[in-house]
Amino acid sequence: MKFNKLYLLLLFCFLYMPIVVLISLSFNKSGLPTVWGGFSFEWYVKLFQNEKIFKALTNTLIVATVSTLIASTIGTLLAVGIELKKVRNNIIEGTVFIPMIIPDIVMAISLLSFFTLIQFTLGLHSIIISHVVFNIAFVCAVVRTRFNHFDHSIIEASYDLGAKNIVTFIKITLPIIFPGVLAGSLLAFTLSVDEFIIAFFTAGAGSSSTTLPMLIYSMIRFGVTPEINALSTFIILFSFIILFTSLRLNKESVIS
Amino acid sequence: MNTLKRNILLIPGLAWIFIFLILPCILIISLSFFERGIYGGIVYNFNFENYSRVVEFTYLKILLNSSKIAFLSGFFAVLFGYPAAYFIYKAPAKYQIALLFLVILPFWSNYLIRTYAWMVLLNNQGLINTILINLNIIKEPLNILYTEFSVIIGLIYNYLPFVILSIYSSISKLDQNLIEASKDLGGSSIKTFFLVTLPLTLPGVAAGFIFVFVLSIGNFITPDLLGGGKFLMIGNLIYDQFLSARDWPFGASLSFVLIFIMLFLLFLQAIFVRKIS
Repeated sequence: MKFNKLYLLLLFCFLYMPIVVLISLSFNKSGLPTVWGGFSFEWYVKLFQNEKIFKALTNTLIVATVSTLIASTIGTLLAVGIELKKVRNNIIEGTVFIPMIIPDIVMAISLLSFFTLIQFTLGLHSIIISHVVFNIAFVCAVVRTRFNHFDHSIIEASYDLGAKNIVTFIKITLPIIFPGVLAGSLLAFTLSVDEFIIAFFTAGAGSSSTTLPMLIYSMIRFGVTPEINALSTFIILFSFIILFTSLRLNKESVIS
Repeated sequence: MNTLKRNILLIPGLAWIFIFLILPCILIISLSFFERGIYGGIVYNFNFENYSRVVEFTYLKILLNSSKIAFLSGFFAVLFGYPAAYFIYKAPAKYQIALLFLVILPFWSNYLIRTYAWMVLLNNQGLINTILINLNIIKEPLNILYTEFSVIIGLIYNYLPFVILSIYSSISKLDQNLIEASKDLGGSSIKTFFLVTLPLTLPGVAAGFIFVFVLSIGNFITPDLLGGGKFLMIGNLIYDQFLSARDWPFGASLSFVLIFIMLFLLFLQAIFVRKIS
């Protein structure tokens, strides 16, 4: 039993060490990863004065919000459509599965080639369109878990009592699956906020549609500034808050 | 609700996926049979030139190297993940959900940031080298960052939570009567584990392994940041064909090879799972 505990302890050290190190470095006055120069909020102050970061953050929030709104609507309809079918359709389920397993880089270059071919101007809107693709799949998957314990007879009861399709959907189906819709939307929002490669390829030239992950990538790739630790700390806390919220909303779907 | 009305619900989602994913993928596949123009455009001249280039030594080496890195990441993720899943399952029931939650929590932070954290840790002047030097274990800093080793660590770190979840769900579905039976018949704990528990949880192990392999072989960020921008893996090569070399048809054929490898593995896994159950 002692060995079990030790093993799990080592596992959690491995999983949390990088995060703990980044968070502690964000308060390091020296800005170097190896020299502790004392506790300071200097990098947080610098972070808030950095206009590039604010611009990128705004872009990211626009992309994530719009793509989440579109994807949660379309994805929920898709989930309801699939679940209400009496027989399983492997082609439809397979199609919805593709966006989750295709390598990001392949999806990114395919979309770039496609947009170039149809001469579609690139910008925030093309990132949004691209993010909706994988967000639909994830929203649909989360919403579908709400149907696991779904009692289909209440829908029939609603019809028997004379309710029309839309009334039944709004008054019966939607309230039952709604926690799943919210949890799926939060997942979509987080995925979109974090997504880098597809955004990078579909953003087009120029810095006007740079998103936060694109900015972080260039900060990491071309000369690290200590502000990135502070920025990382913010993003980590933000993601964790979203996860907690999502878990409270839909206990079963995130864990299983 | 009748069939027609139900199908209307499916249309927006399926159409979106078809137009912005399937169609572009078909485009990429057809692009791979054309060739690059002198100035980087596309010349519509049908041939298999790109695919014969894929099997040229330089590129084949990168392809094999990607498979090797993906295989090792999957292998070690399963090797370290299995005991973790098993011990979580053995923990008191009231802690299990909390432990699983702690396993997936880091996974929810940004991928780039998690990878960057490993750059900080593995750097020549990084935390791990500094600690090892101060403890007098080593004299010179170890060159860990920008090697295949650091790429594998990064991949394992990022995908370990998935592996643990997948193996855990396999173990928790196990019929406890079988384990009791094995013990009643005189099997020791170790023997029961290797002859009963392990074989019956292999579907979870296979799912975890395939998952890491598939996500690793097509990975771009980890080999780019932890591998130091060398062409360690096929993802970097595809990236380069589209952004620097501007040879889209060749990049397209590499992507197609990548998709093909993935589909093949998922197919194998499906057969494996069917055979076991």
